[in-house]
Amino acid sequence: MRFFEYESRRILERERIPITQSGHAETPEEARKIAEDVGGPVVIKSQVLAGGRMKAGGVKFADTPEECEAHARDILALEINGQVPRGVLVAAKAQIAHEYYAGVIYDGVRKLPTFVFSDMGGIDIEEVAETHPDHIGRGHFSTVLPPMDFRAKDAIAQTGLTGRELTRLTPILSALARLFATYDMTLAEINPLVKLEDGSFVAVDAHMEMENEARPRQKALLTELGVGEDETREAREATPFEIEGERIDSVDHRGVAGNVTEFDGNLGLVIGAGGGSLTLFDAVRHHGGNPANYCEIGGNPSVSKAANLTKLVLQKPGVEKIAVMMSTVSNTRVDIVARGVIKACVELGFDPAEKIAVFRIPGAWEEEGFKILDRYGLEYADRSVSMHEAARIAVEKVSGGSDGAAPLRGEEPGAEKPPTERLSGADEVLEG
Amino acid sequence: MAGLFIDVEVDESVAGDPDLARRLEEACPVDIFADADGRVEVVEDNLDECVLCELCIGTAPAGAVRVKKLYDETVLST
Repeated sequence: MRFFEYESRRILERERIPITQSGHAETPEEARKIAEDVGGPVVIKSQVLAGGRMKAGGVKFADTPEECEAHARDILALEINGQVPRGVLVAAKAQIAHEYYAGVIYDGVRKLPTFVFSDMGGIDIEEVAETHPDHIGRGHFSTVLPPMDFRAKDAIAQTGLTGRELTRLTPILSALARLFATYDMTLAEINPLVKLEDGSFVAVDAHMEMENEARPRQKALLTELGVGEDETREAREATPFEIEGERIDSVDHRGVAGNVTEFDGNLGLVIGAGGGSLTLFDAVRHHGGNPANYCEIGGNPSVSKAANLTKLVLQKPGVEKIAVMMSTVSNTRVDIVARGVIKACVELGFDPAEKIAVFRIPGAWEEEGFKILDRYGLEYADRSVSMHEAARIAVEKVSGGSDGAAPLRGEEPGAEKPPTERLSGADEVLEG
Repeated sequence: MAGLFIDVEVDESVAGDPDLARRLEEACPVDIFADADGRVEVVEDNLDECVLCELCIGTAPAGAVRVKKLYDETVLST
């Protein structure tokens, strides 16, 4: 979940990180009062959970309280990316000598939080990383031990800073790391972190995002900030498609078939298992595919739950085919998912063999699943076909290149399919 | 609605047994069997949810419940 800038500032204050004098206003009159208290030039910033505020006219400067009030009135009426502002932030305009970037993010590859520091602040850190990588310092720190100052110092020193600046910036970056760990953040950044003309340092803008699952644990902080339990704090409101996906998942306790996110592509995705959904989504994009959605399926959903999710995806305007793919090897039963996706196709009047571009779910009860897939004439893949390869096949098929797609299961067309290994399952007593 | 993948047959000779109706309703994890006033009722809407656990087959007298896999024409029974 994301925090508004005025909330992020209050979190910085909790860790005694210096910020410019500021206040949050919900009316032009309140904005004027804050400007009077500041007693000098101010900046007025729209409080929305979206980027591009400056370009949209959501950030303005004022030299007097009267000017501040007028700007606040304009900004409060200005929607940015469809969002009505949650008030305005009125902050003292800093006398800037130099701008820096200080951030803490989570490195998913190393599974550790990491400092990120740059002596080129005030612009997107991604842009700096691309154009001036030598101006960025990094350093991981433990999730178990308290963040150590020397690691923060090392990250700053990588940018070439020494002496007084290095000494003064170190406790700020270190405090940001403490804040990151204490409040279960996924992102905590100050951009810009400003050196004032008097040599002191102050945070001018801050952006923080907290792990959604941490909300119960961080209830005290959220209550103090006035964050309501019903506030999703996502970058945008859920679409009807996504709300329906949520409903499908919630009405049936069996397994997972939800966490749906809408995109505007033509390839519907029924994907999941143990993080595989993200990998598969990325693989589709890597091969030039345009996903119509993201979703997560796993944990043995019921047939009806898998079918309802599939129907939702199939009925999304613009979807030409769907790809049913799961992780390397899944403990979700292949036959149950196969029944669900085929049932969805049949009940909507589609030919499953035509509508399902690829079915790749290796794992539990796969031989049983393959019997079902054979019955309906679907092409399918077992674990000998990588997730990456399955994604490529799906993209080719939806782009009209099905004839050129490589055969599944690493075999020649028409060749006998290699035996597959069942991971679990009951032994049937067969009776003709 | 009949199942697309699974059908279940209960022998008429035991379908009216109230005790079997109760035990089948309790045994099936996906509610394919209902106790309809002491008679075994097969809930067609749930047929495709069958997880092939064979608990129903073990609960009923030998040969009295048959689970048919419509996709490969095989039958699970005792």
